[in-house]
Amino acid sequence: MVAPTISPRPLESAIWAALHDVHDPEIPAISVVDLGVVRRVETGDGRIRVELLPTFVGCPAIDVMRHDVEERLLDFADEVSVEISFAEPWTTERITPAGRDALRAAGFAPPQAASGDNTRLLTVLPSLPVGECPYCGSRNTTLENAFGPTLCRSIYHCANCSQPFEQFKEV
Amino acid sequence: MTTESRRPTRQLIEPDLPAFDASALDPELRAAIAELLLTMADDEFVIGFRDSEWTGIAPMLEEDVAFSSLAQDEIGHARLFYELRGALTGEDPDRLAFHRQPSEYRHARLLDAPRQGWAFTITRRWLYDTADSIRLAALANASFAPLAEVVAKVRREERYHLMHLDAWLERLGTHHGRPRGQVLTALKQLAAVALTVFAPLVGEQVLVDAGVLSAPMSQLADRWRSDATARLCALNLRPIPAGTPPTDGRDRPQPDESFLWLWKEFTSVARLEEGAQW
Repeated sequence: MVAPTISPRPLESAIWAALHDVHDPEIPAISVVDLGVVRRVETGDGRIRVELLPTFVGCPAIDVMRHDVEERLLDFADEVSVEISFAEPWTTERITPAGRDALRAAGFAPPQAASGDNTRLLTVLPSLPVGECPYCGSRNTTLENAFGPTLCRSIYHCANCSQPFEQFKEV
Repeated sequence: MTTESRRPTRQLIEPDLPAFDASALDPELRAAIAELLLTMADDEFVIGFRDSEWTGIAPMLEEDVAFSSLAQDEIGHARLFYELRGALTGEDPDRLAFHRQPSEYRHARLLDAPRQGWAFTITRRWLYDTADSIRLAALANASFAPLAEVVAKVRREERYHLMHLDAWLERLGTHHGRPRGQVLTALKQLAAVALTVFAPLVGEQVLVDAGVLSAPMSQLADRWRSDATARLCALNLRPIPAGTPPTDGRDRPQPDESFLWLWKEFTSVARLEEGAQW
């Protein structure tokens, strides 16, 4: 992944810091930076250009995030352009350690590590990773539904503490 | 901290696509990619609307949620493919989606039939998903980078569809009694029609020569038949019959009755008010 490294340039550092104020409207516990949605920030000539990577292609939240990023950054420049990019696929590995902690604290299981080759299909169907309960940490869980209330979430049940929970889909 | 006066009035446009210069492409290749994209977009658009028909009436609540998610994914993919085509041809993606005549849609004939029962829906969707996965794999290393990029993204999502549908096919297909009988009937009815996903395209050879599509559709169809048959036989279901993709797999003398009904549904808002904004 392209890490949101702190740039030596103060303006860019301030922009990255400000982007921590913008949250995913569907999972407000996590900022767009910790979600790994911000691919790139460029500045120059009083302009700011930001590239966002959508988590899921059909995700309606990206339009909201795009708007919120633009609005937040108008503090720094009069011209802000926020673009959606597919130059690299957003993957769950882009979620930062702080983001994973924030998800867990909000009752969402962070995505598990990628399992095997996810491009081979049919005769070698991949299996979904086991969910880890965000409440008690048990892996004695079952997948109830790969599809949850939003495109990015699956629903699990924890046999240890009897809680249903949602897990961020691993992509 | 922001003040109204500093906020430029700018309307948010639709998601941008990978930047590229469409005029740099050979016109013949550009037309062939545009045609391929239209078929893929229409497939995803139609199956997405078919999925959405289950919202509220699926056999169990989990499937209401699952099929709503599938629909949202597929319509999102369709939107992306329409946009990429629009970037090549200058067409408005919204007009492509909602303002064509029924006879202009290029979806595979597999997707024409109404949703019918659950076993029929599962069987058709499994056939479509397996075929689509072969098609997407054949585009993964497309020499036209903007296409390869969106395909990479779409494949990561489609994996969940295939897992879900395969789990359902196994559940119904190995359950002796009515569900298995219904799956076998649906397979008999649909297995050959599924080849329409691989109907030859105008300009297909151009795509292969340019390294956009890794093999001609007829070869992709063979690849699919072999993989799909292996899985079906493992479930003790029927193999995909031999045959080549029909040349008219995406063309009909008259729009199909069931598609006509669906078209009226999904264009109803657009027809109600010209230029309506969501």
